[in-house]
Amino acid sequence: MAINTDKNSYTILFAAIMVIVVGSVLSFVASAFNDKIQKNKRLEKQQNILYAMGINENEDEGSVNFVPTNKVADEFSKYIKQQLVIEGDKVTEDNEAYLIDIKKQETAAKSGAVRKLPLFIGEKEGKKFYIIPMYGKGLWDAIWGFISLDQDLVVQGVYFDHKGETPGLGANIKERFFMDDFEGENILNDSEFIGIKVTKGNNDPTNNTKNDNKVDALAGATITGNGVSAMIKESVNLYKGYLEKIKAKK
Amino acid sequence: MGLLSKKDANLILDPLADTNPITVQVLGICSALAITAQLKAAIVMALSVLFVVAMGNVVISLLRNIIPSKIRIIAQLVIAAALVIIVDQILKAYAYELSKTLAVFVGLIITNCIIMGRFEAFALGNGPWRSFLDGIGNAAGYGLILIVVGFFRELLGSGTLLGFKVLGDPIEKTGLYAIGYENNGFMLLPPMALIVVGIIIWIQRSRNRALIEEN
Repeated sequence: MAINTDKNSYTILFAAIMVIVVGSVLSFVASAFNDKIQKNKRLEKQQNILYAMGINENEDEGSVNFVPTNKVADEFSKYIKQQLVIEGDKVTEDNEAYLIDIKKQETAAKSGAVRKLPLFIGEKEGKKFYIIPMYGKGLWDAIWGFISLDQDLVVQGVYFDHKGETPGLGANIKERFFMDDFEGENILNDSEFIGIKVTKGNNDPTNNTKNDNKVDALAGATITGNGVSAMIKESVNLYKGYLEKIKAKK
Repeated sequence: MGLLSKKDANLILDPLADTNPITVQVLGICSALAITAQLKAAIVMALSVLFVVAMGNVVISLLRNIIPSKIRIIAQLVIAAALVIIVDQILKAYAYELSKTLAVFVGLIITNCIIMGRFEAFALGNGPWRSFLDGIGNAAGYGLILIVVGFFRELLGSGTLLGFKVLGDPIEKTGLYAIGYENNGFMLLPPMALIVVGIIIWIQRSRNRALIEEN
């Protein structure tokens, strides 16, 4: 039986059936793999949090090396002593705080809800780390990361990631040579909170001054860099109340 | 090749050399430049494209008599895109790290000219078995170049192969590094991939002069 494939009605019918068939195949595939993909994402988050507090397999120089995925769950429960959720003045403990979607919380906060702020307290060799998740905008799309502070609110490490910054330029925010510069930087100027600025021409390209609240920018990635500055400032600012208490307690 | 007739065998063998999609037809160059800094990424990309072209060719070939010619390009795109999404999901589930390295390039397999080229030029006019072989052949030709380029870029750029330090340790100064050898960081940048591909094209054409175009 020869079908007249040139008829408009046939063309439309074919397109409709094709879309339905392909659509259902894809949704089947998506739900089949969903569990595994979610698990990978959870492990990745744990790796990132640990990375920010200096638990990683980095060598002296070179590339970013996370704790391997088969070990990360154990290491996470070993080093992360407390996971807190801060809601206004209320602070509760929640072992799944790291799964809180900070982007959703931000949207909810805009419509008046009290924002849930996750905070992770890690401990390594007797030293406490306060790890704050961050979320912001780069040039093309979302950027996010984690910043870990000690009791004096000095940065102990950061991790940045991005969805679609320009490879070779903005995408370099997730490279060691950029992230390592944040270590030891102050987010306070004397006692005032000002965050850390990613800036050009601060006469300190090798980043020797740790008290200037400045980190050398990436060439060709001004807007991504500004995004990082804004992200640190806005995200950490949300925790200001809690952090001040930590500092005062010391 | 007892399994295949000579004509069928040529469907696989020709694209490896004389009609190679990258070095002769110069298709799919963009992905060849982007993901060949590491051998592992090159191999995964080659396998992903192999899956998409071979499966896509078979599907298109099976549907070739019922696809309306007015919307055949769209139908090809939908099939390529669906297969790419499947590959992407599989990578995310079983090779998450790698899927982050390949990131947008997996998505960009859809726009890889080799795929649409084979669908349009071959699968629409041939049976499923021959289309399958043609897909395997072309993807293998593409993958072969990717792997060769990836091999040299990772070896000369990072001194490693599949992550193993084959030339010694650059920090500890062992192996080749003990006598003053340095990694060439330039090999890791996309322009060097183009130069490596250029060298392969040069070697291939000097061995097979029939490929040189007349002016």
